Amino acid sequence: MDTEVYKIDQISVFIENKKGRFFSVTKVLKEAGVNIRAMSLADTVDFGILRFIVDKPKVAYDALMDKDFIARKNSVLAIAVDDECGGLSNLLGIITKEDLNVEYMYTFINALEKKAVMLFRFEDIDVAIEKLLSSDVELLNRDYIKNV
Amino acid sequence: MWDNPKNLLSRQDIENLQTELLRENIDYAFSNVKFYKEKFSKIGINKSSINSIEDIQKLPFTTKEDFRDNYPFGLFAVPMKNIVRIHASSGTTGKPTVVGYTKKDIDTWSDLVARVARSASVTDEDIVHIAFGYGLFTGGFGLHYGLEKLGAAIVPASSGNTKRQIMLIKDYGATVLVCTPSYAMHIAEVAKELGINPKEDLCLRVGMFGAEPWSEGLRKKLEEALGIKAYDNYGLSEAMGPGVAGECETQNGMHIYEDNFIAEIIDPDTGRPVKDGEYGELVITTLTKEALPLFRYRTRDITRLNKEKCACGSIFARMDKPIGRTDDMMIIRGVNIFPSQIEEVLFGIDGISPHYQIVINRVGALDDAVILVEANEHLFFDDMKHQRMLVDEINAELKSALGIEIKVKIVEPSSIERSIGKAKRIIDNRKI
Repeated sequence: MDTEVYKIDQISVFIENKKGRFFSVTKVLKEAGVNIRAMSLADTVDFGILRFIVDKPKVAYDALMDKDFIARKNSVLAIAVDDECGGLSNLLGIITKEDLNVEYMYTFINALEKKAVMLFRFEDIDVAIEKLLSSDVELLNRDYIKNV
Repeated sequence: MWDNPKNLLSRQDIENLQTELLRENIDYAFSNVKFYKEKFSKIGINKSSINSIEDIQKLPFTTKEDFRDNYPFGLFAVPMKNIVRIHASSGTTGKPTVVGYTKKDIDTWSDLVARVARSASVTDEDIVHIAFGYGLFTGGFGLHYGLEKLGAAIVPASSGNTKRQIMLIKDYGATVLVCTPSYAMHIAEVAKELGINPKEDLCLRVGMFGAEPWSEGLRKKLEEALGIKAYDNYGLSEAMGPGVAGECETQNGMHIYEDNFIAEIIDPDTGRPVKDGEYGELVITTLTKEALPLFRYRTRDITRLNKEKCACGSIFARMDKPIGRTDDMMIIRGVNIFPSQIEEVLFGIDGISPHYQIVINRVGALDDAVILVEANEHLFFDDMKHQRMLVDEINAELKSALGIEIKVKIVEPSSIERSIGKAKRIIDNRKI
C-alpha cells in the first residue's frame, strides 16, 4: 500500500522574533499566489518557527528561499477527530498506546463539518502511518487535504 | 619614592644596562633556542652586532604567529625540568599562546609586580582583594605572587559571585582591590544595590586595575564611587604578564620597567620607529627572562611613550593607555578574543562558515557580547528541540574555545549588514 499519500507537505520558516517578520513571510506567499491552509507559530525569546500547510508547497518553498528566508520542507500527518468532548483525548490515547513520539501538533480549523483536523509531526512518520492505519484513527490523505 | 633605587636610574644608565643585557640575551637565545639561532644566523646577527641601544633595530620582529608555529614549548630556552609554571593566552586560531617560567622568572615577575604595586602606593600594611580569575590567565597569579612578595595580606577571591566578593571586601577590610576596571564598577553598583556605601562602609583606598582598556572618565567614576585612587597597569603574557608597566602616584602614564624590558614604538606598516612621542605599535624586548627570552615582540597595542622625567622622580619611559590594536583582537570581560577563534568554532559545527557578527555592549558596568549567526539550511531545524540543541552545542563549543561565555543568536539570512560584500565582524558599542 502506498503510504506516501498520507504525508502532507509542510513548509517551516525561520523567523527572528521582531516586528514585521511574520508579515514579510505572508507577503511573499501572497505575491507567489500561494494559499495558506493551516499554520502554527512556535516562538522563543529570540526566534520563531512558522509552519504552513499550503496549496502549492513547492511554489511557496521556492518563493521564500528566493527572498532570503530559510525554509524547510517536511511531512506531517493529518488526522480527523470528532468535534466533541473527548475527541482529541481519544486520539492522543491511541498515539500514547502506540508509543509514537509527537514532536509538535497544531490544528486545521474549520476543515470538515463536525470534525476537527489535527496536524502531527511525528519523530518517525513511517512508523506512525503504519501504526495509525491499523488503529481506529481517521488518517486523511493528501488529496483530501487539498480539497478542504 | 617606591623604595627601589633601580627606579631612579638615569637615561644613560638605563641605556647602558639595556645594551649590555641585550647583548647577553642574544647570546643566550642563540645557544638555547633553535628558532632564534636560525633567525639570527640568517641575517648574520650576533652579540657583537649590538653596540648601542639603537642597534636593536637590526633584530627581526617576533610575532604571535611565531608562538603558534612553535606551539607549545618551541620558544623555551630551558629544559622542562627547569620550568615551574605554564600560563597561556588566546591565540589567533586554535591553539593558545603558551608561556613558561623558571623559578628565577617567577622571582623576577614577582619583583616587577611588587614594584608596580609599590608605585601605586601599596605596602605590606595593605589587605589586597584579588578578583582576577586564577588560572592560565596571567593576571590572577601574577598579581598574587607580586603582592605576596611585597608582604601584603592577600585575599585570593578569584572571579564570580559579586555579592560574596563584596561581603569579603567588607568583612576582611580590604584596602586594595585588584580586578578589571569594568568589574570594579560592577562591584560598586552591586554594593549600592545591597545598601552598602563603598565610601563609608568599605576600607578600600587603592584600585589596581588592568587587563582591558579603560578611560580617564571611568577612572574618575571609579575613584568617586569606591573612594579610592585607581591605578592602571599593563602587561602581556608573552612578555611576562602584569608587571611590564604601571602607574605611579602621578597617574600620568605607566612607567615601563626599563631595567627588564626595552620598549619601542614603531609604525605598524613600515616597521620603522616613529618620532619620539608619536603613536604607534608597542614592541617589547625582554632582558631578564630565562625560560622565554623575547626579542622585539609586536604587541599589536597602539600607544605612545613619554621619556621625560616624571614628577615622581623616575625617568622610566611612560606609556599611555593603549588606544587601540593593529589587529582585530577584542577584550571582553578582560579576556582576549580573536574573531578567528569564533570562526573556527562555527566552521566546526557547520562545515561551512556562516555569516556572523560579534556585537559587544556594556550593560551596566559589564561587557555583554552576543554572536549573531545567520541561519542557513544546516543551522535551521523544523523543531524547537533540535534548534535549541544546536544553539546549546555552539554555546558550549564557544565557551570551551574562548574561556568565557558568549551566546550565539541565530538570525535571518542576509540580516547582517555587509559593506561591499564583506560582513563587518565586530560591532563594539561600548563607550570606554
